[in-house]
Amino acid sequence: MAQRWGSALVALPGRLRPNFWDGIALPIVIGLIALIAWSGQQMSVPFTAGQEINISLDPWKLPEYGLRTVMRMGIALVVSLIFSLAYAAVAAKSRRAEKLLLPILDILQSVPILGFLSITVTGFIALFPGSLLGYECASIFAIFTSQAWNMTFSLYQSFLGVPQDLREAARMYHLSPWRSFWQLEVPYAIPQLVWNMMMSMSGGWFFVVASEAITVSNQNTLLPGIGSYIALASEKGDLAAVGYAILAMLAFILIYDQLLFRPLLAWSQRFKVEAITEGEGERAWFLTMLQRARFFRAIAFVGDTVRDWISSAAHRAHTFQEQPAKPPSPWAIWVDRAWTVVLLIAAVGSVVWIAHYVHDNGKIGLDEIGNVFVLAVFTFIRVTVLIALASLIWVPIGVWIGLRPPIAHRAQPVVQFLAAFPANLFFPPVVALITTFHLNVEIWLSVLMILGAQWYILFNVVAGTLALPTDYQYVASNLGVRRRLWWRRLILPAIFPAYVTGAITASGGAWNASIVSEVAQWGDDKLAAHGVGAYIAQWTATGDTPRILLGVSMLSLFVLVFNRLFWRRLYVLAEERIRLD
Amino acid sequence: MADAQALLQTHAVCKTYRTADRAGRLVLDHIDFALKEGEIVAILGKSGSGKSTFLRVLAGLTPQSEGEVTYRGAPVIAPVSGVAMVFQTFALFPWLTVLNNVELGLEAQGVAREERRQRAIAAIDLIGLDGYESAYPKELSGGMRQRVGFARALVVNPDVLLLDEPFSALDVLTAETLRGDMMELWSDQRIPTKGIVFVSHNIEEAVEIADRILIFSSDPGRIRAEIPISLPKPRDMSSPAFRQIVDQVYTILTSVPGGEPGKRIAKPEQISINYRLPHASIQQLVGLLDNLVAPPFNGRADLPHLAETLELVVDDLFPLIETLQLLGLAQVGGGDIEVTTAGRSFADAEMQTRKQMFAEHLLRHIPLVAHIRRILDERPGHAAPEARFLAELEDHLSEEDARDVLDTVINWGRYAELFAYDYDRAVLSLENP
Repeated sequence: MAQRWGSALVALPGRLRPNFWDGIALPIVIGLIALIAWSGQQMSVPFTAGQEINISLDPWKLPEYGLRTVMRMGIALVVSLIFSLAYAAVAAKSRRAEKLLLPILDILQSVPILGFLSITVTGFIALFPGSLLGYECASIFAIFTSQAWNMTFSLYQSFLGVPQDLREAARMYHLSPWRSFWQLEVPYAIPQLVWNMMMSMSGGWFFVVASEAITVSNQNTLLPGIGSYIALASEKGDLAAVGYAILAMLAFILIYDQLLFRPLLAWSQRFKVEAITEGEGERAWFLTMLQRARFFRAIAFVGDTVRDWISSAAHRAHTFQEQPAKPPSPWAIWVDRAWTVVLLIAAVGSVVWIAHYVHDNGKIGLDEIGNVFVLAVFTFIRVTVLIALASLIWVPIGVWIGLRPPIAHRAQPVVQFLAAFPANLFFPPVVALITTFHLNVEIWLSVLMILGAQWYILFNVVAGTLALPTDYQYVASNLGVRRRLWWRRLILPAIFPAYVTGAITASGGAWNASIVSEVAQWGDDKLAAHGVGAYIAQWTATGDTPRILLGVSMLSLFVLVFNRLFWRRLYVLAEERIRLD
Repeated sequence: MADAQALLQTHAVCKTYRTADRAGRLVLDHIDFALKEGEIVAILGKSGSGKSTFLRVLAGLTPQSEGEVTYRGAPVIAPVSGVAMVFQTFALFPWLTVLNNVELGLEAQGVAREERRQRAIAAIDLIGLDGYESAYPKELSGGMRQRVGFARALVVNPDVLLLDEPFSALDVLTAETLRGDMMELWSDQRIPTKGIVFVSHNIEEAVEIADRILIFSSDPGRIRAEIPISLPKPRDMSSPAFRQIVDQVYTILTSVPGGEPGKRIAKPEQISINYRLPHASIQQLVGLLDNLVAPPFNGRADLPHLAETLELVVDDLFPLIETLQLLGLAQVGGGDIEVTTAGRSFADAEMQTRKQMFAEHLLRHIPLVAHIRRILDERPGHAAPEARFLAELEDHLSEEDARDVLDTVINWGRYAELFAYDYDRAVLSLENP
């Protein structure tokens, strides 16, 4: 007994004595806490509509703007995470909820960010009168809408994919549904989720300008942030400021990557079910620090104890673990049918209501609806042509990179950065070229649309090529299969599933990007193409809600129909016929 | 009704799965079973005999459709805390260390952390995994992983252990070692477990460790035979008494549908169109026949001996044997297999002739093949969508089984050049590309 006491006395101070990593960890943690406090204060300063917020193009203001932007994105990411967990859990657990939640998610995904922003902003401002907080919330909500949906889809897919034997083991060892959610389903979903969070972050950056410019009743408010800085630089035609903005973005994306995503990626490796593969050696200094610093170990110890205490209390609270599976009641089928009818009525009701609202408040006639339809066709043609062009360019390049794994691994973060690059930063060269050479606005402005989206094609083609078993390549070269035959018989079929996945994402991205790419401004040069994106952007600037609603509905309708009729079928084909197993 | 002596007991348990036409397919048919204290019961059966389903019903993982399951007299409606299970695929949580995996069940029971850790470490020591506490399952070999599976089950001090083919994912040497270690713990009473039910597809394994073997028949699963084994343990696998029991089990398992076990039958009974055909590949069928006619067997073989020589386990061997029987190429009886005259001439022929002979046998003995051929002959375009035949099969088989049976028949038909199949269009036809 005495022995044990003695060792405990020696062990305790040893465990708490700071080490080298603590020296780095503490300042960072305190810095983060201070940042949160400062941002909270900045976000809730008094503010009334119409008041001017001074955005300065002084490059020394960029760190501050960057922090503001980064904070918004961080908050949006956390909200997205909570939303995704809840939404995906309900959709995966309840068959009836699934019937409603999945199509809704599909539609939400097709609604462009500006649509959400302009429709919800008045509500947020009314929540916090006389404070900037309402505007900040609207902005965060906009970022949230560019991040949440793909995370939710990924979680839902993972929840459905949990292996049956693990589920049975969880039941056999009496894990309660709550416990099994956190110990089985969520861990199983983590690797895919982390990956999608990174994608989401890129999406957030791409729309950074759109999410920080808030228009209420014809008054444009620019919230302090990098997006507003870029917007102002475009308006003033300040090329140097654009350069500074690019540098600042690069720095902040890098910091996010080092402090959040690298550690998350390294940590998520352990949740992978399959055996160790390449990329396993992922190391992140920040994670190492978190694991080594005694400060965090002490926190983790406290956390574990609290968790234990809660779980044993929860256990005592209900000794009856699990209800037996109920046999399907004979009424179930009627409840199902009734539920379907309720959903149908709700859907029809909403359509009637929207039609009413658009008609009464906007004085919009059938001819305008027809006009918007034509605009959507223009955008549709652009998206289709651009996806085809982007495929022609990026498929060969992606294959080239994918066949050289060392290059592929180095290219990955670069591509990810490019995907995060806001289209607005490309306005200067594009607008300059168009005005100098008097090019056709309808054609050349479209290029902006594909800037963010094309990378998904490259990304997936590289991944698809990397996954191609080397044996196949050996066989091809052994048989002397070369050039066109090599493409037709080996590479194209092999990367097809990956390509389709990438192209679906790219197409969705291009549709969404239409709102920031069919209108471009550089200094006094304002260019606008014909398209539904330009229509939405234009009416957003004046705050005409019925017309925004009309434009957004039309755009969503096109995306949905296009997805159902074209991409979904290609996807099924890829899944069934050309899988590599 | 419930026997107080029994640990686990079932009374008239039935299990029906929904089929496409909502008629339901019976998987388990009135199973009466009791596990007594101190007993190891092995369950054997062909694939599709519902033995795994039965184990899950016992575990409370799958609700039975009819009948009653009791644990120490109380009805089982969900997993009960005196029963633990070991899975064929190990089913370890890959993100937890060995220690955390073993602690899982205790944590769910709300056992305090200190006690939990002590018990987990004790279980890990018992199973011979000390030193691996902080390893992740990914780092371990299959045998080591299954040891974690056993430790996780034993740490909750279960009365009853349910084992679902626990050694079948392991190589022979590893399986033998682990099995030996487990049996030692059991016979030395170093574990509190009072009864074991275990599903196996390895006949020798079952005869080696079980006190009683239940043999399930297929379609629907019923208890076809019960063989008590009173040989003293550890058992000598080469002793005549041991071999005799193994022979007996083989005999029961290989007797054709409707046939009397043990009796040699001249001709297998005609099967129906919806018969659940065994999943046998042509390559293996031909290989088995070639082996059977060649020395040392010269046309006749003792099944256990054959299995050993060809290194085939029951799940691989029995579908082949059944197919040979169905096609009239071989006969089985008394634990022996004998190649028929037809089988001999098939083995002697060369490739093209073999295909013709195979086609003849298929048309004569497999009603489904004859049916498909007749439909294709009658149709003007000599083609029919596979969905048509699937729908017919699904009247009596589950969706999955119907798919399997049709795939098997398509394979046989293609080899015999009786009909062609277009995967992309999912159409059966007479044209040959």
